[in-house]
Amino acid sequence: MKYQIRLSGDEIRLMQEVKARSGVDLAKCYQCGECTAGCPMTPEMDAGPTKTLRLIQLGMEEALFDLNTPWLCASCETCTARCPNDIDVALVMDVVRQMARLKGKKIPVKKPRVFQDVFLKSVENNGRLYEPGMIAFYNLRSGDLFHDVGLGPKMLFKGKLPLLPHTSKNREKLREIFRKAEALEKEAGKKASQEAHDESGH
Amino acid sequence: MTYAYYPGCSLKGTAIDYHTSAMVLAERLGIELTEMEDWVCCGASPIHQRNPALASGVANLLLSLSKGISKDVAVLCAACYHNMKKAEVEMREDGKKRKEVEELSGIPFNPEVRTRHFLEILDKDYGLNSLKEKVVKPLSELRVACYYGCLLSRPAEIAFDDPEQPMIMERILEAAGAETVSWSHRLECCGASHAVPLTDAVLRLVNDVLASARDAGAEIIACACPLCQANLDMRQEGIRAKLGVAHNLPAVYFTQLLGIACGATGKQVMINKGMVDAVPLLRAKNLL
Repeated sequence: MKYQIRLSGDEIRLMQEVKARSGVDLAKCYQCGECTAGCPMTPEMDAGPTKTLRLIQLGMEEALFDLNTPWLCASCETCTARCPNDIDVALVMDVVRQMARLKGKKIPVKKPRVFQDVFLKSVENNGRLYEPGMIAFYNLRSGDLFHDVGLGPKMLFKGKLPLLPHTSKNREKLREIFRKAEALEKEAGKKASQEAHDESGH
Repeated sequence: MTYAYYPGCSLKGTAIDYHTSAMVLAERLGIELTEMEDWVCCGASPIHQRNPALASGVANLLLSLSKGISKDVAVLCAACYHNMKKAEVEMREDGKKRKEVEELSGIPFNPEVRTRHFLEILDKDYGLNSLKEKVVKPLSELRVACYYGCLLSRPAEIAFDDPEQPMIMERILEAAGAETVSWSHRLECCGASHAVPLTDAVLRLVNDVLASARDAGAEIIACACPLCQANLDMRQEGIRAKLGVAHNLPAVYFTQLLGIACGATGKQVMINKGMVDAVPLLRAKNLL
């Protein structure tokens, strides 16, 4: 007797949206677990990459965005390097983070997202990353006011922290790319969900 | 040999010792690293974590700044290398992608341009025999663990050596007389920028890397990435306080060790910048 899980309609919409954004076809994932076996962050993760991909395959959007896994991914790409089916797992983690943000989902683990935001804000403001400013903003926004406060003076003493931000004449150009990318990702979101909607037979 | 040099943000701040030692080394070897003007940040990991397309757009801007200097862009930071090389390979191989990135950045892509890590430049362009000729103070009896971390060799499309078993750093440091150790955690992630938001996880990862190097008999770790070096060096105090393990294992840049081997002083390569002092070890080996 042959058993089949039939996915149609709403269930495959999530997988299609991930594909539209990343080019990755998660139907190719046969759940071997190689990605999770090599992932250095699994002790802190709730699901790990293999189960995360499974939730996408099954269209379990709510469960997916409840996971801390994508936010704990360190982008080391061990998973991508070792996937026997050439699935870019790390890119899928990026896209899940992106989709969570665009859909306004509540993020289960706050600090990595705060770090991402203050890092990119510093880059956008100065053209180059200004580490002392970024850390100050991080501590304020994460509520972790004294985070690594002991390291600062030591680094300053070693001459490893610049006192003023460096800037660049290409700062405006950089900001323009940021703005354009933001507009495009929103457009792509609308298009992806429309396509997924059409394909899934509605 | 002239290269368009992209330092990236860390090399002008927390990794000033990496930048300075690479400049000193390049000068001694006769390699010209001409800094590209008005470069901006590549965005490291946070940029593609937010939006992968944005990362490629910024990388294309950076690649375009090499114009007029060289088609070869020399990079020292692993995260910069990763972002730029990935975008470059993607655009060369995928016409649709190239069009998208060109449109987003408003800049045409030059398929001639090549992102090159300094390790690759030393190994392939300069050559180990030429390097050997420049060594005046061999790193004899110095047992080094070469640490690659994640981003230098992943994914395979951007790797300049075997992605799962690179030996390029070992080859180079052995050419300078060092003894390299065989160890398990050479490609394991240090946690990178999670050091800020997820410090405890990074302490765990760094502790594993340091223990692996120490168990293999290493006296010092050579790094090729500013974030790897920062985590391996600066987090040892946290590991001592929270995990009760005292490693006291210096982590320096491969360029610092090579600079010393090629006759530069410790001061010239800023060997005293580490939180874990490498000076006593290097003095004991008569290298300083």
